[in-house]
Amino acid sequence: MISRRDFLQATVAASAIYGTSGVGNWAKLAAQQALTQDQLLDFDTFGNITLIHICDVHGQMKPVYFREPEINLGVGAVNGMPPHVTGADFLKMFNLTPGTPEAYALSYTDFASLAKGYGKMGGLDRMATVIKSIRAARPDALLLDAGDTWHGSYTCLKTQAQDMVNVMNLMKPDAMTSHWEYTLGVDRVNEIVDTLDFPFLGANVFDNEWDEPALEPYKFFERGGAKVAVIGQAFPYLPIANPNWMFPGLSFGVREERMREVVAEVRAAGADLVVLLSHNGFDVDRQLATKVDGIDVILTGHTHDALPEPVLVNKTMLIASGSNGKFVSRLDLDVRDGQLMGFRHKLIPVFSDVIEADTEVAAAIEAERAPYIDEMSEVIGHTDSLLYRRGNFNGTWDDLICNALIDEREADIALSPGFRWGPSLLPGDAITREDIYNATAMTYPNAYRSEMSGETIKTILEDVADNLFNPDPYYQQGGDMVRVGGMGYHIDVSKPQGERLTNMTVLKTGEAVDPAKTYVVAGWASVREGTEGPEIWNVVEDYIKRKGTIQLDPNTSVKVTGA
Amino acid sequence: MELTRRNALAIGAGAFAATILPFQAFAAADEAIAAFTGGADVGEGGITLTSPEIAENGNTVPVSVDAPGAVSIILLAAGNPDPAVATANFGALAAKQSVAMRIRLAGSQDIVAVAKMADGSFVKTANAIKVTIGGCGG
Repeated sequence: MISRRDFLQATVAASAIYGTSGVGNWAKLAAQQALTQDQLLDFDTFGNITLIHICDVHGQMKPVYFREPEINLGVGAVNGMPPHVTGADFLKMFNLTPGTPEAYALSYTDFASLAKGYGKMGGLDRMATVIKSIRAARPDALLLDAGDTWHGSYTCLKTQAQDMVNVMNLMKPDAMTSHWEYTLGVDRVNEIVDTLDFPFLGANVFDNEWDEPALEPYKFFERGGAKVAVIGQAFPYLPIANPNWMFPGLSFGVREERMREVVAEVRAAGADLVVLLSHNGFDVDRQLATKVDGIDVILTGHTHDALPEPVLVNKTMLIASGSNGKFVSRLDLDVRDGQLMGFRHKLIPVFSDVIEADTEVAAAIEAERAPYIDEMSEVIGHTDSLLYRRGNFNGTWDDLICNALIDEREADIALSPGFRWGPSLLPGDAITREDIYNATAMTYPNAYRSEMSGETIKTILEDVADNLFNPDPYYQQGGDMVRVGGMGYHIDVSKPQGERLTNMTVLKTGEAVDPAKTYVVAGWASVREGTEGPEIWNVVEDYIKRKGTIQLDPNTSVKVTGA
Repeated sequence: MELTRRNALAIGAGAFAATILPFQAFAAADEAIAAFTGGADVGEGGITLTSPEIAENGNTVPVSVDAPGAVSIILLAAGNPDPAVATANFGALAAKQSVAMRIRLAGSQDIVAVAKMADGSFVKTANAIKVTIGGCGG
């Protein structure tokens, strides 16, 4: 087993985004316009096992801009710890230089101007090139997908994820786990899973009538003379955060005791290396690692964090590989006699202008898009403002959606869910229909309009805030705060549920929200079956068409304290 | 998250409970424990209560209690109008001393399990279970 001290040394020597070119050099080379595919892929193959980790692609087959969060608060014990560090603090923590490609890839600072210089990131065809290059060096490398793959784009919605399934199959994953996949409906998930050449794992997915395991919990692989157990863990709060009527027979949950049993089972069956492929979210995984012994590596997902170095918790290494195809993590391990002796890690940034597209996968992507390309590429309007979503409290994409809901649905207050998916658009960009779907495509899109009392609105916001800021990670659901239009508030994230929100104010009148008064509220993505209203993408499209050009003022309606 | 006025009232009431109930056993639960133990000291350890952190459905929450060597176990939902959920007695021939059931919760609250051991001592454990509106994760 590697000691903590060895781990820290190894991290500096062999890990991080810099690869083997030495700390700092990678950035310098990039600044000299000398950044090449060879440098991005450079890796001195190590040990006897290679893991390739991808997660949270959210249906993005083509390269995108994706701005990392400006506000990503950690509460309780994890305050100020990665991934709850952003912007300049993040760059300082990982010794990155502002303005460099890695600063652009990993932080929000100067995002719009750096994006113009360094271009889009991701694209499954570029990811394929990275994966093939790793397999050229280590043919039996395991490709592990932590889920949120079959969701999030125009074509993914129209094809019920067949586009993503077809393209991902070309990369030959070795296992995956899930979250948004289940919003396709359990029947569609089962239909797809029946066609896969690899297991769809979920140790925490149970039949809710008989309380029996509903999915394969793990799969064994023989690699480099060692037995590797890959355990899957689906998103624990699917029936709460997403519509449970879409997968009525299933129960999820963190199920720490179940994980302890499964780890013991694979160890007893001779596992030399135990890998958890997880959609728990980073803080839940961090806590799980402190409570369940015997997991060597957790390949995390769900919370969309990208970290240039592994985080060590007791003897467990946590890997965070970002979202939307921006990164591929490579983890080489030396496993001997049932012990993890050492590792080498690299968070590979998928710069789409530097890494060449794999021709086979590129062709497959175009084939999937071809039937829809005309309707998707129609320009609906333009934006003068940077449009992004990620961040704990608000993003301009959701400000736009809330404005559309208030205007188009004649509402006082708008609510837009705190999803973490949805790529960014730069100032001056055209907004196509595809862009609108990238921020809204899902299977329960109806935009409701209803009356709520001020007290109910506060109850909802307090409930969501506790799902984000409960100091016990096991009670966190991993989304961001519900976005609010037409209303401002103060939030003290350190307070308990029911006491976090104060100063709720109706923006258009400046009056305090009256608990007894009724307000017209418009929103979307209700988990309630039978929700009525137009599809959110049509509401947003109508609004953008009417406005022509989108110009958003900075949103200062939420005041945050306590972190 | 569409809410009719009627649903909104129900949720409002549930959340009000949520703001005052978590992480404390109410008087009624304390009384039930005192009645079970006869006022004896209650220790910790040797009793495991398994429950979800957040209920998927507050009307049917799976919970189980395991207390090897117990002769009797009581389960209480401290925040329910009537906290008493179940009492299980184990005879000398019981192969194991554990019970599992599904319970209904009025809102977020602590559930408490107390076991009487063969030597007459008592042990207790508690878990917090949240009942939330949900709908905004991911």
